[in-house]
Amino acid sequence: MKIIVCVKQTLDTNASIEIKDGAIHAPGSARIMNPYDEFAVEEAVRIKENQPDTDITLITLGGENSRDILKTGLAMGADRAVHIIDSDLDDFDGLAIARKLYEVIKDREFDLVLCGRQAVDQDRAQVGPALSVLLDIPAITVVTKIDFSEDYSRVVATRQIEGGAERIESPLPLLATCQKGLNTPRLPSLKGIMAARKKEVVEITDLPNTAGSVENDAKLRILELSLPPQRKSAIMLEGQPLDMAKELAQALREKEKVL
Amino acid sequence: MTDKSSIFVWIECQGEQIKPVSLEALHCGLQLSESSGQKVCAVLFCGSKVPDLSPLSDFAPHSLKVFSHGRWQDHNSQAVSSTFFKMIQEQSPRLILLPASNHGKELGALLSGLAQAPLASDCIEVECLGENDFKVKRPIYSGKAYASLALEGAGLHIITLRPNVFRGESGSATVLPEADINTTEPESLSLIVREVIKEAGKIDVTEARVVVSGGLGMQGPENFGLLEDLASVLGGTVGASRPVVDNGWRDYSNQVGQTGRSVSPDLYIACGISGAVQHIAGMSGSKCIVAINKDPNAAIFSVAQYGIVGDALEIVPLLTAEFKKILNG
Ligand SMILES: Cc1cc2nc3c(=O)[nH]c(=O)nc-3n(C[C@H](O)[C@H](O)[C@H](O)COP(=O)(O)OP(=O)(O)OC[C@H]3O[C@@H](n4cnc5c(N)ncnc54)[C@H](O)[C@@H]3O)c2cc1C
Repeated sequence: MKIIVCVKQTLDTNASIEIKDGAIHAPGSARIMNPYDEFAVEEAVRIKENQPDTDITLITLGGENSRDILKTGLAMGADRAVHIIDSDLDDFDGLAIARKLYEVIKDREFDLVLCGRQAVDQDRAQVGPALSVLLDIPAITVVTKIDFSEDYSRVVATRQIEGGAERIESPLPLLATCQKGLNTPRLPSLKGIMAARKKEVVEITDLPNTAGSVENDAKLRILELSLPPQRKSAIMLEGQPLDMAKELAQALREKEKVL
Repeated sequence: MTDKSSIFVWIECQGEQIKPVSLEALHCGLQLSESSGQKVCAVLFCGSKVPDLSPLSDFAPHSLKVFSHGRWQDHNSQAVSSTFFKMIQEQSPRLILLPASNHGKELGALLSGLAQAPLASDCIEVECLGENDFKVKRPIYSGKAYASLALEGAGLHIITLRPNVFRGESGSATVLPEADINTTEPESLSLIVREVIKEAGKIDVTEARVVVSGGLGMQGPENFGLLEDLASVLGGTVGASRPVVDNGWRDYSNQVGQTGRSVSPDLYIACGISGAVQHIAGMSGSKCIVAINKDPNAAIFSVAQYGIVGDALEIVPLLTAEFKKILNG
């Protein structure tokens, strides 16, 4: 089976964020593989463990420094990687990102495309499904379990919905976006890290900018970034537990009117 | 008939009921319509039995399109997106509004690919910008920052809306337009919904008005019953921090935070949660935050309106009893 895993580099979730010169600024914070993409890489590697003739290609779109996450994914067990280097990428335009990934994927063979449920920076959950449309394959999002038919031609995936789950069947090829619960991503082993050094990373620097087949005169433009409003400092209740409980109940009802 | 400048609102159903988040999307659509003059068309897919449409009359759209067939009963993203896209091609709406639920986000993203339309997801503010364009605000880095975006140009735009943010007072009872019901069988596609598993009576954390969340300070899974009791008195639901989920005390669907769910309830009560950045990111959009923690220096107090320093296991049952008293009396 041929699997393509789309991965993105994001800011460490531990980072506190500032805004400087109209851009996100997080001095000293590490950059990591988007945590949801780790589930996607892990799932691909597990499939390969069951189906040894599986081939896993990682694809990322981003600046030079995104290479680190490809190394991580290769050390986890992916076979090869493609790095689309695009330093003036507009990260706010999810559709443009999906199109660029499509340009690189369309001429490859694949049975399964795995993405994270969303990237924890833009939180848009758009690129995966939009990419599936461009590739003309079905998509199942927010997936917590993937079961294959015996001949590996079909999939039944469990996906999360509000207050429950659904089981959805699809033929391959399929695009799935991965959610926590699917697996527990491994830490790369020393052996994996050594092996990753020899694995191929293809760099693409001159991707043509192509529009989709449908014309739509509409665009999205970033106006500004802002930080959440500062909250007033908390009213700390005092006294015996019972008195605090009474005071809180009353304040929520009468002052905050949230009950 | 819809004219060329309409706003389509996707009405999400759950079984045979209209989901309340759909009414929020309708409310937002009507507000935009007031300033832009664009007409609002509600679009609903349902099984062969059309659900009770009367909840829609609180925010009555200008027109109502219903696709009703046994095969629409379970939401099939592929079938809904392709039929929706055909309708878009025929009627060229300016804007599609959807609730940012799991299905809504997926449908919005599929439609953005099909129509090559820009998508702004999980928005917390939407307004008209000039005559034709829209301006939105959406959390990024799960609420550590916000991005304001302009959606410009005469083509189609797609916006999904964060649940709980666009609730409105139900207006003066307006008359619901007669539904245009289409009963043709949807075309067969490759995705098949095999099973829908619902946890009976559970409110999802993203949709609840009150979330009572527990962290490691709750000591063990056996104490989450205390939080269930408090949540049920308040008509809310229980959330959790990540280690609680990782320990298997609660299901992942309960996890609040940057790698869990982002929530914006009216009231968020954090019990035994330290207030790590990843947790705060997912809940700082709540209207009122209460923190109960035995450590007076816990970071969670920095985002709370009300703080109680104490043992959550002792305080929570007292709160449950107090709320019960004032809500019943
Ligand atoms: C990549 C990544 C992603 C993450 N994503 C998330 C996420 O989405 N959501 C999330 O929540 N976390 C997330 N985390 C974890 C986060 O960093 C914290 O570790 C976590 O939020 C801490 O959970 P906690 O507050 O329950 O536990 P702790 O930090 O251990 O805090 C327990 C608190 O309980 C208090 N306490 C103890 N006993 C009592 C008592 N009897 N009564 C009252 N208070 C008591 C203590 O004073 C303490 O403040 C993520 C971490 C990483 C690395």
